[in-house]
Amino acid sequence: MTTSTSDILTVTYESFDATLGTLWGAGPEIGHLAAIIGLVAAIVLSVLGHVGAATRRRSWVENSGSFAVLQLVTLVVAFAMLVHAFLKDDYSVVYVATNSNALLPWYYKVSAVWGAHEGSFLLWTLIMAVWTFAVAMIGRRLPYQIYGRVLGTLGLLNTGFLLFLLQTSNPFLRLVPNVPTVGADLNPLLQDFGLIVHPPLLYTGYVGFSVAFAFGVAGLISGRLDATWARWTRPWTNVAWAFLTVGITLGSWWAYYELGWGGWWFWDPVENASFMPWLAGTALIHSLAVTEKRSAFRGWTVLLTILTFSLCLLGAFIVRSGVLTSVHAFAVDPERGLFLLVLLGVTVGGSLALYAIRVPAIRSRIAYRGLSRELFLLINNVLFVVAVAVVLVGTLYPLAYEAVTGGDKISVGPPYFNRLFVPLMGLLAVFLALVPVARWKRTPIRLFRQVGVLLLASTLVGALFFVIAITSDRVLNTGSIVGVVIAVTLALWLLLSHGVDFIQRKGARPLGYLGMLLAHVGFAVGAVGVAITSVFSHETEVRLSPGDTVELNARQYHFVSVTTVNGPNYIAQRAKFDVGGISLYPEKRNYLARNSVMTEAGIEAGFFQDLYVALGEPLPDGSWGVRIQEKVLVRWVWCGGLLVCFGGLLAVMDSRYRRLALRRDGLATAGKVA
Amino acid sequence: MKRAVFFAPLIGFVALVAILYAGFHLNDPSRLPSALVGQRFPGFQLPELTSGKVLGHQTLLGEIRLVNVWATWCPTCLHEHTTLMDIRKETGLSIVGINYRDDGEKARRWLSLYGDPYDFTIVDANGDLGVDLGVYGAPETFIVDADGIIRFRHVGDVNDRNWNREFLPILDSLTDG
Amino acid sequence: MVSLLLSGLLGVWVAGVSTIDAFEFEDEAERLRYSALIAEFRCPKCLNTNLSGSDAPVARDLRRTVYRLVDEGMNDDQVRRYLQARYGDFVLYDPPVRANTWILWFGPPLLLLAGILVLRRIGSRMTRVSLSDEERARLEAIRKQ
Repeated sequence: MTTSTSDILTVTYESFDATLGTLWGAGPEIGHLAAIIGLVAAIVLSVLGHVGAATRRRSWVENSGSFAVLQLVTLVVAFAMLVHAFLKDDYSVVYVATNSNALLPWYYKVSAVWGAHEGSFLLWTLIMAVWTFAVAMIGRRLPYQIYGRVLGTLGLLNTGFLLFLLQTSNPFLRLVPNVPTVGADLNPLLQDFGLIVHPPLLYTGYVGFSVAFAFGVAGLISGRLDATWARWTRPWTNVAWAFLTVGITLGSWWAYYELGWGGWWFWDPVENASFMPWLAGTALIHSLAVTEKRSAFRGWTVLLTILTFSLCLLGAFIVRSGVLTSVHAFAVDPERGLFLLVLLGVTVGGSLALYAIRVPAIRSRIAYRGLSRELFLLINNVLFVVAVAVVLVGTLYPLAYEAVTGGDKISVGPPYFNRLFVPLMGLLAVFLALVPVARWKRTPIRLFRQVGVLLLASTLVGALFFVIAITSDRVLNTGSIVGVVIAVTLALWLLLSHGVDFIQRKGARPLGYLGMLLAHVGFAVGAVGVAITSVFSHETEVRLSPGDTVELNARQYHFVSVTTVNGPNYIAQRAKFDVGGISLYPEKRNYLARNSVMTEAGIEAGFFQDLYVALGEPLPDGSWGVRIQEKVLVRWVWCGGLLVCFGGLLAVMDSRYRRLALRRDGLATAGKVA
Repeated sequence: MKRAVFFAPLIGFVALVAILYAGFHLNDPSRLPSALVGQRFPGFQLPELTSGKVLGHQTLLGEIRLVNVWATWCPTCLHEHTTLMDIRKETGLSIVGINYRDDGEKARRWLSLYGDPYDFTIVDANGDLGVDLGVYGAPETFIVDADGIIRFRHVGDVNDRNWNREFLPILDSLTDG
Repeated sequence: MVSLLLSGLLGVWVAGVSTIDAFEFEDEAERLRYSALIAEFRCPKCLNTNLSGSDAPVARDLRRTVYRLVDEGMNDDQVRRYLQARYGDFVLYDPPVRANTWILWFGPPLLLLAGILVLRRIGSRMTRVSLSDEERARLEAIRKQ
């Protein structure tokens, strides 16, 4: 059999294409028009939702859902038209001409749609429409005034986004009559599996927090921020948060294998832009737990819904305005930046003003004593909010500094962030280990005794670990060893306390509980990975000729050969390295359209370590600069991230959310019968 | 007034927007202020481009000079070259070249082809003087006074606009003083 | 993390072409110090990368300089000061602590302190007997006087 999936797809696509041949010529115009209709739908949605709820016109609100459908359909059409322009190599469209090339494989042509600013923002609005549609469908059983205000707020947001798209970033613009004959190609760094999956997942997370935001706004306007409100908001928030978690995790993994230096996080402004909403979102999902269970923290929780989504918008601003210097940012355009800043100002300023006016009337007071679960969740919130502050201050400080000093520059990088962030996470781990025993209102002190014993056990293991590390032949900084020992001890303690609780727990183990366990375990796994890989990894940079062998951590790396390989749109020098029966193939690729050279690392992934070989420059005498790394436990970092994500998703599937839906369903039918 | 507390997030946010807005008005993010303005020109022992004679820091003393970092691999330098020729012709100001991370043969050919505005050119083949000067690329131009103190640093090409706006006022103040 | 890349600004070096030089070191400790140092400085000509992650000529020169300084026996702080004197604060990813960076360094820790104080206040308020709403309102009224 030689027919592959991609062949079938091509054939299907081509027959489809032939049928609609003439219509396709106007694809970009159809797409543009569809986006405009989408904008109209968003406007109508906001009016029907908000005005309908405010003036108690139930029918307006009930009909608003169909505009959420219309918005989705039009934006799907718009997006499909842009995809089509890429697949057809329609270089009369500026965006296609600057980001694609005929030699590009079809799957990269599709993902090139979101490879630069305009198309990725179209994707953003599309994802916004998907979330709106989901709320319109799933949320039908909400009281109509909440339903209307949530949909209305989502509509308002997408109105802003679509205006921005059409006004400053239209991906459908044509370049006629001087149509280029070749495309400038997609940036080679982006010609990768990472681009296919990372942005859609990340945006799903980012944009998903708009739902929590909309619930917050609806709650503030309606004066309804009780436990029921939290129960409506929670699943949406969890799903968005889980997507953001996996998006960030994948991004980190992508940077690791694609950038060729073996790093997986650099505290770059764009990385921070995605990390801040995640941190705030983490505080939010925990705060929502208290509001749902104890009807407390209302004012604080609703403030977090606003804060989290504001940080998403701030992230979009950082990535797309060019105000901060980053390796990852899009092209600089002041007009776009200004528009986004206005959008940010109106959305966040408006909602914070609403908060300031409405919240004194609705907030609640909390009652707890001593080490209760409320206290632990509050501590979580304090730590995560401080973490947000660290990242925010560190990211924006260079900007403020330059503005205030009138041109002096300062850099804030990994040393700063690590010094402030890591201790916070250490503190967090201490409290996390105590979480399983904490009870609502008040925890009997005897419950803490057992975790104390577990701490003792993990400290012993940590001390043993310390002795082994300090007496090994490796030259290592004692300070970093102590850091790793603390991290491992705390992580172990956390794992033990959660494990013991799981075993001892009497009665049912609902999915919400299991999700919590899984997410916390993910945190511990990730923390161990981060600590160990940062300190115990091996690295060497050597000059090697084919035939040479070098040793790193008792492994022989034999440089076998270099051959020239032709890729679809590049020519590569591919080296072969043999390491104990395994072969690694690092490459140096020259992408023809942009004449740019890229490093492709050769990686042998493993549960305990990655073997990582990257080629440097060829030297005149035929030798190569080669960077060889053994990254110990680096996979744990991303495994941790994935576990955290699954934990979040598992919690959403908890039966109590479905029971709630069913119960109200039952009420509705009962009402009809009566 | 206890309610005022609830306006705190809004006020914080307004401050944030102000900082972000200020970001639009800051200069090109690739520009760096020099740490060396007001400092003595760093010491060096490097050959001259055509004569091969080894020059030291004292060769710069005695008059106000422009010190221009250039290389044949830098397209902006070619663009800037005509401006430097004009400045040399019109003002008679002493210009010293630093041939930065370049091939000597190519550099000599460049000067014979496009003209030589430099009193002499110091060869910094491996970029060590560049590091001492805090140079991060070519072209860059320094104003060094008669005592060998760096008075001004400009990154990027010298053109009529920045010559009149930035260089001349400093040169004027140096000659007046 | 790569989150949609690159402006391709002319004359600015971007990541993705990380470089490899092969220096010889006296011992492992010195090599470690060198690696840590080049990871700590910012490449002046790049968008936002450290010296070890960049292939820009100036990054190569600075790596060589760091290597030379380490080889000559300078300690970490001396190397930092050497580069700072030439390239300014901008090359330090670890910003110096001084009056105009106090907010940067002490702002977040102060926020943590404030958070702890708020927690204590909430806690102490509640360890007292729970009051009914009416009683609490009366208490508020008394407090306000």
